[in-house]
Amino acid sequence: MNAAQQIDRDAVSDRTQPLLKVRGLTKLYGPEKGCQDVSFELYPGEVLGIVGESGSGKSTLLSLLSGRCPPDSGVIDYRLADTHKSAGQWLDLYSASEAERRTLLRTEWGFVEQNPRDGLRMAVSAGANIGERLMAQGVRNYQALRAAGLDWLNQVEIDPARIDDLPRTFSGGMQQRLQIARNLVSGPRLVFMDEPTGGLDVSVQARLLDLMRGLVRELDLAVVIVTHDLAVARLLADRLMVMRRSHVVETGLTDQILDDPQHPYSQLLVSSVLQP
Amino acid sequence: MYVAVKGGEQAIDNAHKLLAKQRRGDTSVAELGVEQIRQQLPLAVARVMTEGSLYDAELAALAIKQSAGDLVEAIFLLRAYRTTLTRFSASLPIDTSAMQLNRRLSATFKDVPGGQLLGPTFDYTHRLLDFTLLAEGEFPGPEAQADAAVQDCPRVLGLLAKEGLIKEEQDTGAPVADITREPLEYPASRAERLQALARGDEGFLLALGYSTQRGYGRNHPFAGEIRVGEVEVWIEPEELGFPISIGAIELTECEMVNQFVGSATELPQFTRGYGLAFGHAERKAMGMALVDRSLRAGEYSEEIVSPAQQEEFVLAHCDNVEAAGFVSHLKLPHYVDFQAELELIRKLRKPSKEPAQ
Amino acid sequence: MNAATQPRPQPQTPRDEAYNFAYLDEQTKRMIRRGLLKAVAIPGYQVPFGGREMPLPYGWGTGGMQLTAAILGAEDVLKVIDQGADDTTNAVSIRRFFARTAGVATTERTPEATIIQTRHRIPETPLHADQIMVYQVPIPEPLRFIEPSETETRTMHALNDYGVMHVKLYEDIATFGHIATAYAYPVTVDERYVMDPSPIPKFDNPKLDMSSALMLFGAGREKRLYAVPPFTRVTSLDFEDHPFEVQKWEHSCAICGSHDSFLDELILDDQGTQSFVCSDTDYCAQRVSQGRAGQ
Repeated sequence: MNAAQQIDRDAVSDRTQPLLKVRGLTKLYGPEKGCQDVSFELYPGEVLGIVGESGSGKSTLLSLLSGRCPPDSGVIDYRLADTHKSAGQWLDLYSASEAERRTLLRTEWGFVEQNPRDGLRMAVSAGANIGERLMAQGVRNYQALRAAGLDWLNQVEIDPARIDDLPRTFSGGMQQRLQIARNLVSGPRLVFMDEPTGGLDVSVQARLLDLMRGLVRELDLAVVIVTHDLAVARLLADRLMVMRRSHVVETGLTDQILDDPQHPYSQLLVSSVLQP
Repeated sequence: MYVAVKGGEQAIDNAHKLLAKQRRGDTSVAELGVEQIRQQLPLAVARVMTEGSLYDAELAALAIKQSAGDLVEAIFLLRAYRTTLTRFSASLPIDTSAMQLNRRLSATFKDVPGGQLLGPTFDYTHRLLDFTLLAEGEFPGPEAQADAAVQDCPRVLGLLAKEGLIKEEQDTGAPVADITREPLEYPASRAERLQALARGDEGFLLALGYSTQRGYGRNHPFAGEIRVGEVEVWIEPEELGFPISIGAIELTECEMVNQFVGSATELPQFTRGYGLAFGHAERKAMGMALVDRSLRAGEYSEEIVSPAQQEEFVLAHCDNVEAAGFVSHLKLPHYVDFQAELELIRKLRKPSKEPAQ
Repeated sequence: MNAATQPRPQPQTPRDEAYNFAYLDEQTKRMIRRGLLKAVAIPGYQVPFGGREMPLPYGWGTGGMQLTAAILGAEDVLKVIDQGADDTTNAVSIRRFFARTAGVATTERTPEATIIQTRHRIPETPLHADQIMVYQVPIPEPLRFIEPSETETRTMHALNDYGVMHVKLYEDIATFGHIATAYAYPVTVDERYVMDPSPIPKFDNPKLDMSSALMLFGAGREKRLYAVPPFTRVTSLDFEDHPFEVQKWEHSCAICGSHDSFLDELILDDQGTQSFVCSDTDYCAQRVSQGRAGQ
């Protein structure tokens, strides 16, 4: 099933219900280190930005949300895709078995690491990187894997002739785009991103943001993106959560928060960035 | 027909004879006795007993003789023999604080209750070859009997523990697995880890311990206490219902004191690493204690980034009998696999009829 | 002449009474047999077992020897091969070990053997239902060179998470146009566990599939054993459009003329003149005794 069909099929019934329901999520490493009492809902196709300075707990929250680290308390419910065996059912992420979580992570979910080296297999070619999720799902046709590799390189604006090259021969921006392709090949509904533009030059960042914005809209992806860069948040996110010392201090539509912040910390954060 | 490695029975028999000849050396020189090895190479005997996991100085000396001084081979001989032994009892935990001390030092305090005791040591010797030994000069005999400490010698780390400055170790009382009977599975318990390290290769542990000092998993060690001496071994036969002493063994024990910065829930405190070896084997005990502590990184939420902190890496590779066996098996014929590789590489070098694209 | 008309081989060496029958004590053998029952019940699953120190070095067949010791009976007839040959030094050494400690009969003839311990080959002569193959395994974990951590590979097996195995095959095809694994070629057993068939050439992989004989695998240093019960499906990993295939030779055996056995390459002189002979020495000798010959 391609992305367009997926949207048609899901569009009517799917969009009115949340994809992810998070209640009272807490994980503390020390006093005000980690995150506490976080609740929100995320809808299909929605991009949620988590902003705050380093140490505010946004990366901890992302680990909890993406099934990588169990919380001290709180619940994460995820609504499984219609194509799934248990169509439309809710899955309690940390009550589910590790097998269910792993399946989710390599099918309906994606995770884009800040450092592409953590998200790519550096020792195998770009094509193998893109094909891995498909192979894990049981695709056993070499030509089909090849075709998917070429298609996705194209979509993330990498010359398809580089399909057999190793990622280490790619620039930082290309590696990050390859990591995105590797995640999106399985047609995920929800993608987590940890400072995806973090290690890149400003000009490279702009191109990557542009590409990401296009793909998110085109594929109707729900995204949770952690960033300390408010420009990235403004460009990609529909809604923002502002974190400080493990607490969510303010949440709302991106424009609202960036143009009219209410909480003193949000005001400080916004004023510290040069306005465009 | 040409058969290079298909040597067969005759070749094996001949190899055994040549080995025996090599071991014996020049027959005009008197043959080395097992008792001589036991008496005059006690540190080699200690190492073979420790890594061979069997406290029997005579058999260890025999193994050293039989292996022509190859200590890893001697350890292997002792281990293979140990497998065949029946176990009739497990001893009670030994009490090293009741040790009859030959040597004791603490680097963390100038003086400690019970005092420091230098004892026999290479430390402070000048490493100058002693040509009187070459001339087979006689040892004049001990000038003074080492005055074995008679006072009470409480353990140094126990003194820190009284003040709450060092992390208390919990004895859960749970049965302790035997890694020579049950396969080691990861993550291992600390008891299993210490067993593996006690059997581990001295050189490997020394190098890993050294690597932590040079910054690969730094944990700021101090030699809290090293003690060498004799400890009684007690067993409690079920039919008796009370413990009886079955003899004494010589042990070297090392307790390292390491810095620890504290965490969200705990105040800063010292932590410890533990090393224990049969006989007089300080280098082994110290290496073991350093590596024990570095393997506790996970327990103290330290970042695991260096080889000495990685449990699977250390435990899977510290056993020299396993390592020597697997490396030496490369000497076995591999020509079937090599043939398969030859065939493959010839095929890969031919221009491909159907390019991958 | 065939096996049925041959008298049963008799022991040639009296048993060394200083050791328990087949060296290991009975408790240890029982422990290993319990592990083997579990392994047979879960084909291809690696069962941890309390491997013992054997008087041979690790890596020289201690895993296989422990399994053989655990299943060996006084009536068994043992064959030991290394690289397919009965007269290679390590095969001789292991065969002697059991002749001495168990006093069992030994043979070089495949059809006569009830237990065949092997390193790196499966005999060319088809096996029958009364035979047990014991394989010596150096590294039992097929995922090891992709994932070094044991904790992680056990999880991958448990969760059937094998996508990464095909990543390696994909990469081979992209780079070379072929799958470039020649031996220890991974297989799926009974459509569930991915298994390392030990370092046999991939030529031998098809012999594992639906075999009449019980296949036991022992890794002494790694303390793992596993099994393929008789008549179990064993498939080699591949792609639909790049199917698994075995080695073929343009040559035939210089001694027996066989076109379909695994051939060893011999270099005869300084000019590099090659000659090819069967790696399975018993198979080759059987054919010669039936009047076959090479050029």
